[in-house]
Amino acid sequence: MVGWPDMSETTREPDARQLATDARNRVRFEEDALALSDQVYRVARHLVGSREEAEDLMQETYARAFRSWRSFQPGTNLRAWLLRILTNLNIDRGRKRQRTPDLQPLEEGDYFLYNKLEAAGDGASDEDRVVERLSQNDVVGALSEVPHDFRDVVVLVDIGDFTYADAAQILDIPIGTVMSRLHRGRRILKQAMAESAVGGDGE
Amino acid sequence: MTAYDPCAHCEEMMQPYMDRVLTDAERAEAETHLDECTYCRKRYRFEERLRQFVHQAVQEPMPVELKAKLASLRTPLQ
Repeated sequence: MVGWPDMSETTREPDARQLATDARNRVRFEEDALALSDQVYRVARHLVGSREEAEDLMQETYARAFRSWRSFQPGTNLRAWLLRILTNLNIDRGRKRQRTPDLQPLEEGDYFLYNKLEAAGDGASDEDRVVERLSQNDVVGALSEVPHDFRDVVVLVDIGDFTYADAAQILDIPIGTVMSRLHRGRRILKQAMAESAVGGDGE
Repeated sequence: MTAYDPCAHCEEMMQPYMDRVLTDAERAEAETHLDECTYCRKRYRFEERLRQFVHQAVQEPMPVELKAKLASLRTPLQ
């Protein structure tokens, strides 16, 4: 073997040592990945429509991650790596990748939800209380109404606490696209929450 | 020429402000305006509360059985 001094008795040692290191690295990888599963699930749960889908997707993701652990670069962001696998599998499962989802250009402004909730109140417009007019269901329901390409970004950044750069890598889209989808996705979300909490376009 | 509308400008800065991606100068500019404008301050504050609310409203603990299933996918030790 090139580079190894020939010391007859110890020639097999590097191999054995290599195997042991390998096994240790793999075990460590698997433990680290499992330790992150709660956090990965929290994001996965809202990338898809149902709990069942999220559970399937989690299992596929972990099966694949454990198989291809060698392609993970230690020291980089494992949670982002796992979510990249997960979002790719999710798309493979039939979610159509929309090129430029430039659908409805008319979502409301950034303050739409606040203005709606405040107007629907009894005059007391303390901003701390205004948010209490929303229920958990308003949020969960509204989130599921946000079109996929916008929702992915909102879920990764606002629920998964990923940076723009991480989200861009996970979804394999430019950072500028992350920013514009995030901005629009949040507006769509707020609009849907307003409809759920206050109802229709009323006025 | 359209008059500069500080509140409209402040609204544009709202999301990058919350995401902490403004430069120090932009941040200081936004904060100076917020100090003197109740309209914008109320809305920023609401947005901050809203984010926290959304963040915790969607928390759903992972089913325990799923955790066990994931662990069972590990490579068996030789």
